[in-house]
Amino acid sequence: MSIHLILFLAFGAVCVAGAVNLLAQTHPISSALSLIAVMAALAGEYLLLGAEFVAAVQVIVYAGAIMVLFVFTIMLLNAGEEERAKGSRVATLFGIPGVLLGSILVAWVLLRHSGTEAVAAGGLPGDPKTIGQLLFHEFLLPFEITSVLILIAIMGAVVLASKPPTSPAGGPAGKVD
Amino acid sequence: MVPLSYYLVLSGVLFACGVTGFLIKRNIITIFMSIELMLNGVNLSFVAFAAHWHAVGGELAGLVPLSGQVFVFFVMVVAAAETAVGLAIIIAVYRNRETLNVDQVNLLKL
Repeated sequence: MSIHLILFLAFGAVCVAGAVNLLAQTHPISSALSLIAVMAALAGEYLLLGAEFVAAVQVIVYAGAIMVLFVFTIMLLNAGEEERAKGSRVATLFGIPGVLLGSILVAWVLLRHSGTEAVAAGGLPGDPKTIGQLLFHEFLLPFEITSVLILIAIMGAVVLASKPPTSPAGGPAGKVD
Repeated sequence: MVPLSYYLVLSGVLFACGVTGFLIKRNIITIFMSIELMLNGVNLSFVAFAAHWHAVGGELAGLVPLSGQVFVFFVMVVAAAETAVGLAIIIAVYRNRETLNVDQVNLLKL
């Protein structure tokens, strides 16, 4: 059992535990913290695959920026415990065995038919220099289009989250605050 | 050396957890987090395939090496934009309905 496999299993266990905890928790803050754990462990997996740049961006953008947005929104809306919905009986009867069957099937197919091809540890060019050269040569047009997308998203977020004009009739739009 | 299939199984498990959360959760913010979990699962398989492709010499076939990692970069950018807009929509919904429970947000108009 190589150190690579041990590290993969450790990070993978943290990933799966965090994902399951996200489902099990009822408070959104607990779910958000589990998601941060999942993302940090995924950054470790990326490092194992040699993708240094992606791992750094994963921690900075995902576990940093995006999750801060989530936590900030939870705080802003004062989100509390969610009430559990009554699960339908059909979902319990057919869903859980179906999910088990499907996951076992997929895992079996993947483990059986992938042969001995292995992902090597390290030595893969995933450093920022290589990725940057790719981004600014082969993927220059998508990169620039992405900037337009970000601009539109910023404007959309500002428009959506800004306070709506108070209606004279005192409708629901002007009632809050 | 870890086989590629291990990474794919982990990616599939994360994606399945995301789908499950999307279906069983009732808080709109948690549902949104489940979507992020799904995106993360897909990202993992992108990176695993990129490393695998590099290991088996796929770039000899005239393809750009490490495209998978660049795609992950783009997925992250789109996810960030999506999060900003989605959370703004959640704030707007909360302002109108004063609830975060998706079961109570079932009308198109007020």
